[in-house]
Amino acid sequence: MIRDILVCFFLILGGLLSMVAAVGMLRLPDLFTRMHAATKSGTVGVASIAIGMMIHFNTITVTSKGILVIAFFLLTAPVAAHMIARAAYRSGVSLWILTRIDEWKTHGTDGHEED
Amino acid sequence: MIQVVCSIVMIVLMISLGLSFVRVVLGPTLADRVIALDMAATLVVALILTHCVESGSFYYIPAAISIALLSFVGTVSLAIYIQRGGAS
Repeated sequence: MIRDILVCFFLILGGLLSMVAAVGMLRLPDLFTRMHAATKSGTVGVASIAIGMMIHFNTITVTSKGILVIAFFLLTAPVAAHMIARAAYRSGVSLWILTRIDEWKTHGTDGHEED
Repeated sequence: MIQVVCSIVMIVLMISLGLSFVRVVLGPTLADRVIALDMAATLVVALILTHCVESGSFYYIPAAISIALLSFVGTVSLAIYIQRGGAS
């Protein structure tokens, strides 16, 4: 019984976090702020649903595969978001009009170095 | 109880998928569309895991892992494409 309640809690938490990510993806004004919504909330939502699935099945095979899913998302989502953000900034995507700090413009290079 | 909660969570995830595809249609630049499609793949993985809980079969979890890896590879390749100048 308490396990069912835990499973329901984690599933609903994951659904709500995914909903927050989707609404942020639709409503935020800028590419870079949208990326915050997508990567952070989306990753934590999937991790929460995977935790609920692991509690529901309660076997070692499903638990290992769920840990694998969470590890892949925690490893790949920041890397993908960082690469997209760097490529978009270098290709000239404009920032939000109320952006106050642009550290690459003031301290960084011109974006012409090879990587 | 778990069946009802799984149905509600799947409906919420489908609404999120629809909002994400609205961003794919609207997105002013290519990078917006890439981010929205990456998030759509994330939501598909969440849908697969919810379906595993609902139906009680755990044979679809490797499909979720492979969709996660393929979406990462696609996002990185599209980032390299954007960095090299896109279609110009």
